[in-house]
Amino acid sequence: MHAPDGFLNAGTAATTGVISAGAIGVSLRQMRSTLGDKQVPLAGVTAAFIFAAQMFNFPVAAGTTGHLLGGALAAILLGPATGAVVVTVVVVVQALAFADGGLTALGYNVLNMALVPAFGGYGMFVLLRRVLPPNATGVVVATGLAAGLSVPLSAMAFSIEWLFGAAAPVPFDTVFVAMVGVHLLIGIGEGVLSAMAVGAVLAARPDLVYGARDLTRAQAAERSRVGLRAFVIGGVLVALVFATVVSQFAAPDPDGLERVATDQGFADSAQDHALATSPFADYATQGLDNETLSLAVAGIMGVVITLLVGLGVAFTVRDRTTRRRAAESTSAGAR
Amino acid sequence: MPTSDAATGQRARSHATRPPDARLTTPAIDVRGLRFHYPDGHEALRGIDLQVEAGERVALLGANGAGKTTLALHLNGINVPDEGSVRIGDLLVEESTFAEVRRRVGLVFQDPDDQLFMPTVGEDVAFGPANLGLRGADLDARVAEALAAVDASQLADRTPHHLSGGERRRAALATVLAMRPDVLVLDEPTSGLDPAGHRELVEVLRSLPMTQVVITHDLPFALELCERAVIIGEGRVAADRSTATALADGQLLARHRLALPYGFDPGHVAPPETA
Amino acid sequence: MGARHTHPLYVHGHSRVHRLAPEVKVAAAVAFVFGVAVTPRQALWVFAIDAVMLLVVVALSGIGPRFVLTRLLVILPFIAFAFFIPFVGSGEQVEVLGVAVSREGLWGMWNVVAKATIGATVSILLAATTEVPRLLTGMGRLRVPATLTAIASFMVRYLELLAGELRRMRIAMASRGYDPRWLWQARPVATSAGALFIRSYERGERVHAAMLARGYTGTMPEIDERRATTGEWLAGALVPVVAWLAAMVALVAG
Repeated sequence: MHAPDGFLNAGTAATTGVISAGAIGVSLRQMRSTLGDKQVPLAGVTAAFIFAAQMFNFPVAAGTTGHLLGGALAAILLGPATGAVVVTVVVVVQALAFADGGLTALGYNVLNMALVPAFGGYGMFVLLRRVLPPNATGVVVATGLAAGLSVPLSAMAFSIEWLFGAAAPVPFDTVFVAMVGVHLLIGIGEGVLSAMAVGAVLAARPDLVYGARDLTRAQAAERSRVGLRAFVIGGVLVALVFATVVSQFAAPDPDGLERVATDQGFADSAQDHALATSPFADYATQGLDNETLSLAVAGIMGVVITLLVGLGVAFTVRDRTTRRRAAESTSAGAR
Repeated sequence: MPTSDAATGQRARSHATRPPDARLTTPAIDVRGLRFHYPDGHEALRGIDLQVEAGERVALLGANGAGKTTLALHLNGINVPDEGSVRIGDLLVEESTFAEVRRRVGLVFQDPDDQLFMPTVGEDVAFGPANLGLRGADLDARVAEALAAVDASQLADRTPHHLSGGERRRAALATVLAMRPDVLVLDEPTSGLDPAGHRELVEVLRSLPMTQVVITHDLPFALELCERAVIIGEGRVAADRSTATALADGQLLARHRLALPYGFDPGHVAPPETA
Repeated sequence: MGARHTHPLYVHGHSRVHRLAPEVKVAAAVAFVFGVAVTPRQALWVFAIDAVMLLVVVALSGIGPRFVLTRLLVILPFIAFAFFIPFVGSGEQVEVLGVAVSREGLWGMWNVVAKATIGATVSILLAATTEVPRLLTGMGRLRVPATLTAIASFMVRYLELLAGELRRMRIAMASRGYDPRWLWQARPVATSAGALFIRSYERGERVHAAMLARGYTGTMPEIDERRATTGEWLAGALVPVVAWLAAMVALVAG
């Protein structure tokens, strides 16, 4: 996910750079108004937490392990503006000090790994909380789903960037299906881990969970019984449904997936080439219809992502005062 | 080395701080009727009265949760009293005087990692005086002075994370000394130190001339450093007498969950030289 | 995406590259990689110039090729993905070793691989010759908001501490027989992460109190004062300027 230089062209790098810089500027102002002079030590130490948490692996299946990305988690715990700033700092330092992710890729790496998961994840979280009970379980389930979906959301963002600025002729369909598909699976781990982590924080210090600041102490302690295994299986089902629906859109021609599969294997048979998927710039073999549909999907996804991110931002701004009051009463009589 | 030449060491270190004003009739610290409760409702301090003269060294003893740290945080305005007042010298501690109070009262926290937040020790020591407005050569001189006072000049370019426990303690102390405080408040300064680190710290503290308030569980340390002991119990001052007397009172100690280390007999220890 | 080491890539040294002002290095690195990014893919001569300049700087830095190559392995998965591009693309087909692949695809693969490799090498060089605090100072001088660099500074300072705490928690769990294989067994991992978050937050509050106690009013005091000289800026500008000129020539010449 820490994309190196070269996969997206310079124009996309510059554009996403400007977008990210603007978004971070807004987030910084928001963070300052909520945290005041606590912003540097709090954001700094929690950024260290996110960085450290990303380094450690958790079991996924049969001994294989995964890693937390943490964007949605940061937003739910700290608020979307602070969460966005914190994860951005992590990503930027990783690029500069650890050579993790390209220097020109910072624009879209920050956008995809910090801004979209933090704001988009928070937007989804808020929506989900509206339909879930106002108690600990509601918060935990909302976290799980929002964090889980924030990962494929991030992959969708990358795919849309690919649509505009791919540096190589791989069709949008292919990238979209591959990226989002894989990240739906990764998202399951992210969702489960984030949910359990927020649950743990809620149990000990509910006042430290930004996304639960509206709960009373009693509500924060209230849990409905949800089996963890059931939750994981439920999550997998959601992911599968999502994947099936999405893949139908992205490859409307039923033979499309088959073709992509054979082409990505060793294409040593000359006759395959006549059926081969076209390069991005020229949909000669696939009909005009498919191109329209692909772009339509991209358009819809773009709108969805923007909507969710916008929601996240809107809720940040609206609840600014509540957060400040909460922050002031958190520290035991300090100042 | 601090131990070898006590007299010159003393003189050398007094550069690091202003000697306390001898003519003071106003106490260095004057706490009256202090009451304080936490946001969750717990009443931590229930009427504290405490006066400390300039140059005195007072050990603040008591069980965990008795309110010692809470009290200490009032001395530089981090905690604000519900009732009562805190005066540092002639200055009442309140919002408008925080900046000056924080210059006069140096608080050394329990965990040195909470106080060493800059990339290098030198920058940490510079943080305080820089906030006071020092720059350039003046700032460098102040940093050098503070580091020398704790025998840590060689640590200036080191990362805090790579220091030993004792080095971290002394570096944290230096960050506070750089403000040239009149009063030094230390929270559990010897906890976690190995014996050599412990000894180094005690030597450094004994060489510093300013008023000291030391929160500690380490009773021999309290006896060695502080001539006076104040025991806090359940948010109030439970006892206020000479350290030797306090430590000789077994029942008093037991009431406040204090106990002498094995083999330690306060009656058979030479009282510390008045520094 | 494997577990990252807590230790940044910095390799101690006294080369000219090490000593160059950090704001110059960061600006030059970013400018250079952007210059490479705008280079048209068929302009092989431009890539050659870029690569030669880069190798010269690497040599000047004294870092050592083995170090660079080892760190370059990080982009291997992306290179592997790039390898498949010629098989996915179409249009004019070309035969390579008896296999029919897309010409567009081959160029696309080259484009991605060349730029990614050069970019990664620059990143490694920058990280290896510049200590993190210097990197952050450099960023600050390039107009990155002081709040961000201060947050980054605190992050780096407390990273090892927190990573150590997390490691100790894991050891404690493992010592009690915890050996999870499946996602639903990951609860202790998650709860320990939650506990670590709380500890981090509380530490943040204590650090804040310590900062207040030393006179902090909300802005970090400016301590380091040495700025880059014109000479340093000129030296740093050399490589990116050449790269951009060459790229422009290639773009115009078509």
